[in-house]
Amino acid sequence: MLAALALIWVGVDILSGGAFLTPRNLWNLSVQTASVMVMATGMVLVIVARHIDLSVGSVLGVVGMVMGVTQTEFLPRLMGYDSPFIWVLALGAGVAVGAAIGLLHGVIIAYLGVPAFIVTLGGLLVWRGCAWWITSGRTVAPMDDAFRRMGGGVEGAIGSSWTWVVGVLAVAAIVWRALHARRRRQQVGFALRPVWAEVVVAGLACAGVLAVVLVANSYDLPPRVAERIAAARGLVVPPEGLSIAHGLAVPVLIAVGAGIVVTFLARRTRFGRYVFALGGNPEAAELSGVDTRRITVLVFVLMGVLCAVAAAISTARLNAATNAQGTLDELYVIAATVIGGTSLSGGLGTVAGAMLGALVMQSLQSGMVLMGLDTPLQNIVVGLVLVVAVWLDRLYRSRTLKGAA
Amino acid sequence: MSAAQPLVAMRGMSISFGGIRAVDDVSLDLHAGEVVGLLGHNGAGKSTFIKMLSGAYHPDAGEIRIDGQAVTINSPRDARRHGIETIYQTLALADNLDAAANLFLGRELRTAWGTLDDVAMEAETRQVMARLNPHFVKFKEPVRALSGGQRQAVAIARAIHFNARILIMDEPTAALGPQETKQVADLILQLKREGIGIFLISHDIHDVFDLADRVAVMKNGKMVGTAPTHAVTKDQVLEMIILGTRPSIQ
Ligand SMILES: Nc1ncnc2c1ncn2[C@@H]1O[C@H](COP(=O)(O)OP(=O)(O)OP(=O)(O)O)[C@@H](O)[C@H]1O
Ligand SMILES: [Mg+2]
Repeated sequence: MLAALALIWVGVDILSGGAFLTPRNLWNLSVQTASVMVMATGMVLVIVARHIDLSVGSVLGVVGMVMGVTQTEFLPRLMGYDSPFIWVLALGAGVAVGAAIGLLHGVIIAYLGVPAFIVTLGGLLVWRGCAWWITSGRTVAPMDDAFRRMGGGVEGAIGSSWTWVVGVLAVAAIVWRALHARRRRQQVGFALRPVWAEVVVAGLACAGVLAVVLVANSYDLPPRVAERIAAARGLVVPPEGLSIAHGLAVPVLIAVGAGIVVTFLARRTRFGRYVFALGGNPEAAELSGVDTRRITVLVFVLMGVLCAVAAAISTARLNAATNAQGTLDELYVIAATVIGGTSLSGGLGTVAGAMLGALVMQSLQSGMVLMGLDTPLQNIVVGLVLVVAVWLDRLYRSRTLKGAA
Repeated sequence: MSAAQPLVAMRGMSISFGGIRAVDDVSLDLHAGEVVGLLGHNGAGKSTFIKMLSGAYHPDAGEIRIDGQAVTINSPRDARRHGIETIYQTLALADNLDAAANLFLGRELRTAWGTLDDVAMEAETRQVMARLNPHFVKFKEPVRALSGGQRQAVAIARAIHFNARILIMDEPTAALGPQETKQVADLILQLKREGIGIFLISHDIHDVFDLADRVAVMKNGKMVGTAPTHAVTKDQVLEMIILGTRPSIQ
């Protein structure tokens, strides 16, 4: 997966004459991927549980509209335009609506027994229609200033010092995890991996973190913005110009946060264990006393919440809520999840893989834009890559399974 | 058998699937420390009968008493609460999970934080499996990658690990080699000595004669009859299975 990503990055960089692997492009790439990444983390659990959600793009659309109207029309009437609470309340309203939609889907699927494919195909039409209905198709803009930070851009980046803080924390977490896992296995007397292997694995992860920090910190703010900030802080602008870095973008942090939370749910909680058991063998899960219906409902509620988070990122980035927002996102999200190694027959998949899958899709797309390919050609390439990627994954997997047996 | 109160008493159990009477008015008792062998041809209704006790199916009619108390078993969870553990004919394993995850499915061990304690679960799994299959080493792999016998060992381990009082074994040795079958036989005798009541479903009439205190024979969803193992011959039992008639005994 990582190898495929590296291949695409280097290939596209060469074909576009070095325009791809620049801090600026990589930074933008990360921001553009964030919303699909967030939804892909939830789609992993949906597909692992042998379901599908075709409605995520429309749910994003309707939730974005709800958040837009809440912060531009509803809340300002109550508390004025500059209230610092507007962004939280708008986000809260969106999350609540997302969760409610997921609950509705989940209940119909789990308790009324309508297949998820049908329920969410219906949802795709229903929620797109609702998004239009809320404002009769009118675009809602502009968004609250604080809310807009969730979308990235100049205001939506945390600057270089905080980026270093995040980087150091991430490295600390990686090292702590490795040590903790090792100690725990030692306590019960299990075989341990050789120390050098642990060091290499943790070292690579730390190097990855460092690379991300360096890239984010080498993309400077536009000079005019930098000057404004310097003026606000009372700094003197040196003659050769200011260099203030963006640092990590807020939406990227949100996406990584969503990835960590969902991975935690999937790997370390009963809920996640049951989702995988359900996907592996629904009958076995049932016979082991797992409440499979409740688990199914929870999976869809989680998906709804993640759609709301993605909607916040996307409306904040566009600085508007439109009724076409999120159109076709379901396809990108499902494609990212499947490219990321989640098996459509259920029981198998990783959140990290799906996030990488999203990055692969977005890399291809923006790479082709940089290379000046026409949109129809872009679609053809993305479609072919999806099929080929899953085919290669299948080949690879059947080889390793045979090797293991 | 003994005059003592039966551990499990099932009376007049019936269930149909779309008009087919899979189990029709079947009654059977099980005492503590007793092994009852349940025999019958394919499709006789043995698995369906015990699934009403394990909570997988809801009977259309009938009554289940445990220690003389009428109980309703609406789900596998209810059954487990009454100390009923089941090894299903299909094994009921999630193929994508490893042995420990399957063994503890529905009853995971958790850390003080409420998260899954995979290390502790693996440690306990290693202990139980050592008792059943000392050569077993594939603790990290999904059970899909195990042999039929190894999978069966995982299913047996799951049933015996949680201090069952009533154990249902639906063809527990079908995929096992001679050595492992012997191990399971020893295990059954040991569990019996501990006072556990066991329903043993098997097509191997010799196994049943070696292990069971009583045999019960089903045919076409009906109970043909039960008899103490020492009071009947294998030929008589075969006759019950094939012809569905009670031999004239005692
Ligand atoms: N879920 C079901 N739906 C419909 N029919 C069923 C179902 N389960 C069992 N039956 C039917 O009930 C009858 C009894 O099946 P059961 O599985 O109890 O047989 P069995 O005695 O366990 O046979 P075997 O020795 O092959 O395991 C069969 O005719 C079977 O087709
Ligand atoms: Mg059967």
